[in-house]
Amino acid sequence: MPRLPNWADVVLIPALSLLIAFVLSGLVILAIGENPIAALNMMVKGAMGSTYGWGYTLYYATNFMFTGLAFAVAFHARMFNIGAEGQAMMGGLGVALVCLAVDWPHWALALPVAVAGGVAFGALWALIPAWLQARRGSHIVITTIMFNFIAASILNYVLVNLMRPEGSMDPATARFPPGTGLPTLHDILAVAGIPFSQETPANISFLLAVIACVLVWLLIWRTRLGYGIRAYGHSEAAAVYAGISPVRIVVIAMLISGGLAGMMAINNVMGEAERLVLNAVEGAGFIGIAVALMGRNHPFGIFLASLLFGFLYQGGAELALWMSIPRELIVVIQALVILFTGALDNMVRMPLEKLFAVLQKERA
Amino acid sequence: MTFFNSFLGTAAATALCAGAAMADPALIFDLGGKFDKSFNEAAHKGAERWAEDTGNSYNEIELQSEAQREQALRRFAKAGNNPIVMTGFAFGSVLEEVAPDYPDTKFAIIDMVVDAPNVRSVVFNEHQGSYLVGILAAMASETGTVGFIGGMDIPLIRKFACGYVQGVKAADPDAEVIQNMTGSTPAAWNDPVKGGELAKAQISQGADVIYAAAGGTGVGVLQAAADENILSIGVDSNQNYMHPGEVLTSMVKRVDNAVYEAFDQGADLETGIKVMGLANDGVGYAVDRFNADLITEEMKTAVEKAKESIVSGEVIVHDYMSDGTCPVE
Repeated sequence: MPRLPNWADVVLIPALSLLIAFVLSGLVILAIGENPIAALNMMVKGAMGSTYGWGYTLYYATNFMFTGLAFAVAFHARMFNIGAEGQAMMGGLGVALVCLAVDWPHWALALPVAVAGGVAFGALWALIPAWLQARRGSHIVITTIMFNFIAASILNYVLVNLMRPEGSMDPATARFPPGTGLPTLHDILAVAGIPFSQETPANISFLLAVIACVLVWLLIWRTRLGYGIRAYGHSEAAAVYAGISPVRIVVIAMLISGGLAGMMAINNVMGEAERLVLNAVEGAGFIGIAVALMGRNHPFGIFLASLLFGFLYQGGAELALWMSIPRELIVVIQALVILFTGALDNMVRMPLEKLFAVLQKERA
Repeated sequence: MTFFNSFLGTAAATALCAGAAMADPALIFDLGGKFDKSFNEAAHKGAERWAEDTGNSYNEIELQSEAQREQALRRFAKAGNNPIVMTGFAFGSVLEEVAPDYPDTKFAIIDMVVDAPNVRSVVFNEHQGSYLVGILAAMASETGTVGFIGGMDIPLIRKFACGYVQGVKAADPDAEVIQNMTGSTPAAWNDPVKGGELAKAQISQGADVIYAAAGGTGVGVLQAAADENILSIGVDSNQNYMHPGEVLTSMVKRVDNAVYEAFDQGADLETGIKVMGLANDGVGYAVDRFNADLITEEMKTAVEKAKESIVSGEVIVHDYMSDGTCPVE
């Protein structure tokens, strides 16, 4: 079967998958007696109709960008890192420890150290499964998913027994000192004179995420290490023949992957909550998988897919606020999009491939 | 053009304000969801009762994520919803930040004290209600051993336990109380399987009345108790109906009344700390057709007498949260 033209692979398949997902969601909304057009309208308006909506959309998108990139880097070495969830949790712990360690005088001082803390904790959490995979052949899918549970239990223990302030009922750390408050997009854009809603959690981490996208692109396609990662991903035997050490590639790719997942904590822990709560990650690690698959593991694709999922999250919140659509149904809509764009890729791809084959034959 | 734009803007703003003046109240449920058969469901019932009585409507949201706490508060406040009621202590730290930004909006938080001029903090004297069901438990017990199963191990639940133990000891100084907590995280509020296991463990140690203060986990405790033919005590909502004749009583916490009252007062909501205790029927024990046969005359007299003495101040039930200790084990 001939290969699909590039544009069809990158644009047409995701667009068609999305369309199917939205049509199905519309039918579900119709079935519970609500108007799907009004619902879609509300989602679009709520997520992109105001700087307020954009603020939340970009906040969620930032989370997904980090975890999506984390998944993609590992995937280029053909490793399925399901552990971004746990790595982001541990990253949160690292960020919280940094933020609470000193009474930071200014965010500009706190940010680099917090980034280092988040990256270090996330990367270390990925190191053990990576080492087990590289040296002992333990399958990375099994180990990383198990490490998610271990991370949750550790965080649980630390928050309940060690970091919870005296007398507090919430399993959460104390609020970070004011010196760690990151500038929001409102503050940043105000410098340029652009008005932006003050009430949203979108912050400077969004810019960090965009920089991370560029750096990952440079790493994967413009460096020797990136070449090694891709070569190993395509064929281990060929990579070994070319003098690339599989152990080195596996460990380094997973360290970068875990570090990126850990960096997510800059956004949700330091930027938004300003304290570490138990369920800070809230599944963003798993959404990252769908984001990376939909974005074809390319940083620019991941950037766009993150925006889409940010839109789904914020639009979903608006639906929950203003329409009588139960929250379970909003999860259904999000799940349909993930299902069609991530998991059921071939359902759209195969008929399309046949169609293109027929078209080419006719032309020939 | 600019004039026209600003004119349109003003018109829109006026329209919004007009909407806000007669805006509805709003209710925010915590992550447990509004149908937990316990705490959040009680709040939901109160709101529904208010809507039915007055014919008005209200906005509500069941949270899906942590980030939505602040978002929901701000969105409702901005849209002019007033008052905004939220269930659960987890909103405390967020409300502290948000409340000063909307001085004209009234907030009501249940189970937590937030010190701000536009916030009503509703707290319940759960230790008093638990004391009463403790008396009933001790009197209904034949083995002299009763049980307590808490949800998440937090001071609030220890307050329940401490009041309960005091009540048990008041009725039968020799009685033994076995205490267990389900866990140390919010997951402990919704783990009926573990609740059932804990109940069975307590039964094997001789407990024949078990009090569950554990949200959704309590469903499993009540089920296990009914399976083993011993008595159980429900919490928050009246849960007597769940196993007729096998639930001794329920320690009702009138979250529904708290929500109803807040909605009823509307924008003129009285702020400050509001204590719901035995005196104003904020807490109590439930008697209905499902458990009427279980409560003997003798028990009724004893528990009513205890209630009177607590209301009059003759008996003081120690509040665990006042000093973090409990005088009895």
